[in-house]
Amino acid sequence: MSRLRLAAASALARVAGFLLRITGSGGTSAPGKILLALAPRAIEQRSARLERGCAVISATNGKTTTSAIVAEIMRADGATLVHNRAGANMAGGIAATLNDQRGDFGLFEIDEFWLPGLVEQLSPRSVLLANLFRDQLDRYGELDQIVERWREVARSDAAGRIVLNADDPLIAGLGDEANDPIYFGIEDTAVGSTSAQHASEQACCPVCGEQFSYSRYFVGHLGHYACRHGHVARPTPTVSASEIHLSGLGGSSFTLTIENDSFAAELAMPGLYNVYNAVAAAALANSLGVANEAIIEGITAASPAFGRAESLQVAGRDCSIMLIKNPAGANEVLRTLASDRQSHDLLLVLNDRIADGRDISWIWDADFEQLASSGGAIICSGNRGTELALRLKYAGVEGQRVVVTPNLGEALTAALAGGGERLVILPTYTAMLEVRELLVSRGAAAGSFA
Amino acid sequence: MSTSDRRWSVLAAEAALRIAALYPEQMNIYADRGNIAVLSRRCQWRSLDVSVTSIGLGEPLDGSRFNLIYLGGGQDDDQRRCAADLIETKRDGLLAAAANGAVLLGVCGGYQLLGHWYELGEERIDGVGLLDVETTRSDGPRLIGNVAIETSLPGGPAGATLAGFENHGGRTRLLAGAEPFGRVIRGHGNDGRSGDEGCRSGNVIGTYLHGPLLPANSWFADWLITTALGAATPLVPLDDDLELEAHRAACRAAGLSG
Repeated sequence: MSRLRLAAASALARVAGFLLRITGSGGTSAPGKILLALAPRAIEQRSARLERGCAVISATNGKTTTSAIVAEIMRADGATLVHNRAGANMAGGIAATLNDQRGDFGLFEIDEFWLPGLVEQLSPRSVLLANLFRDQLDRYGELDQIVERWREVARSDAAGRIVLNADDPLIAGLGDEANDPIYFGIEDTAVGSTSAQHASEQACCPVCGEQFSYSRYFVGHLGHYACRHGHVARPTPTVSASEIHLSGLGGSSFTLTIENDSFAAELAMPGLYNVYNAVAAAALANSLGVANEAIIEGITAASPAFGRAESLQVAGRDCSIMLIKNPAGANEVLRTLASDRQSHDLLLVLNDRIADGRDISWIWDADFEQLASSGGAIICSGNRGTELALRLKYAGVEGQRVVVTPNLGEALTAALAGGGERLVILPTYTAMLEVRELLVSRGAAAGSFA
Repeated sequence: MSTSDRRWSVLAAEAALRIAALYPEQMNIYADRGNIAVLSRRCQWRSLDVSVTSIGLGEPLDGSRFNLIYLGGGQDDDQRRCAADLIETKRDGLLAAAANGAVLLGVCGGYQLLGHWYELGEERIDGVGLLDVETTRSDGPRLIGNVAIETSLPGGPAGATLAGFENHGGRTRLLAGAEPFGRVIRGHGNDGRSGDEGCRSGNVIGTYLHGPLLPANSWFADWLITTALGAATPLVPLDDDLELEAHRAACRAAGLSG
């Protein structure tokens, strides 16, 4: 009965997906929602058929990129993937992915908030919990609540192996709840700072309640920390990056250590935050028993995910698109730009739709001060572009460098006509989708998008 | 402001506008740094000396040293720690500052802490009691969204608009005789029902509006500066084209045509 019901629901969902696509209504998760309404256990049933099982990834920042790297690793290991690569990461998106794709291994990035319920349904072999930063407080609520939900995941019998970021004190402690967790982290103190960025999370020792002290900060509150009274220390990671060399937008190289073996790794994605994504991907693969050779091969082959530091050519100009959506992520992007040797024109696009977060106050927590000392023209666009320009004014960016052009098409035309070596576009999520569409319509080099 | 400085900024001690920023490491959840940046910059652009002193956990507050004290909002655990510390090390300083006519601005959690108490789960957490308000938790949803209010402040424009964003689980009730800071035009305000937003008693102001508040409402930033300085003469006008455009954008986001 239930198998028949699933088959019928599945067929209906596919028809719905087809109709939505040909009518241009888009929506990658709508067919999944239909499927779940008709067959509520569809995710459980479909995922149980994956011969090599599945793995899930959650984090505030880097879900899509980390998944893209894991996908390359798993392909190098011979897997055929069922993967929500476009980032539809709530129940509807997962159901649609399981319904539409055929393969032997499931790889799912999952929204922070939806994680506990979906882990129960998917029974993954491994769960990667990579980081937590404040993000879209209007949508997700405060971080403490996410940590509590993730604690359920770490305890759950359905969760398999738990893979944790040793450098994130908000989640490393979840390892106490888990059976034989794997930790990853960064060991190269030279790429860290001894002072915290503004509005970093304040993590406290769960025993004495005092704030952790840090010997190094890498990204936001990720770093080397310990309780001042010796109650809690950062776990020693078994998968780690050392000897890290960052070369601006060009990417990075580092030594990847997996248990007792070390390898030279080249990553075609910029910034320390992407080194974290690569090490997280390696740790997840390691937890799944993937051979080290496939891990290195996958990391080397990985290219930037959808809108995350994608490089492309438009009308003969080099362009990069780097999604910004919260202070920690935006700070890393700005830091990466500041370290790049090329000169940039910037197009910043701030929207406040639901997927962006309706609350735009986060732009005041991001260190746009980093742009005050750079050269180059800056165009602000999006439906809240004016407020972004105001943010730049109070960050000390010279007024004559900044232009507000609310219409995105016009803003893009003006930005493409700039004189810098590279146009860098920093959009929020919905703005990123709009920018990509416009670039394609203007003849972005075929195949330049993943 | 240095980007590596974990605090908002610390400048000379003897300034015209002397700002105390309370708990900048914990009570900063809705980009409270933006409010401090706007106050500082708008003084600097007018060649008014301004100092910002960060006062954290365990550090006493000398209320006579400051003419503007700012208290932002925090996550539940951070706010609980700060509430206890506020009573222990800063309450007397706050009372003294308020008695001197200093401006006290509490936003979101900071507003709740300026009241008598607020509820956190089963707990009732004491505030400093400078505003006659009490904050309870409701089973209902958090009150989240763009918001616009109308307010008339002494010496300020009558019926002026403030726009911002609110996100709070608490329902705040004005006790008899307490005055709201403004009336809700769009959004929820103190409890989603009364039409009241915030509370003002003299120069002590509590509000749920962030966004942050002052970048979206430069006129109110200037009102705070003028009031804190006790200035008889108005401030030198600035080139506020961008500020006014941002204010209109925030009003539009809240559903006003302005």
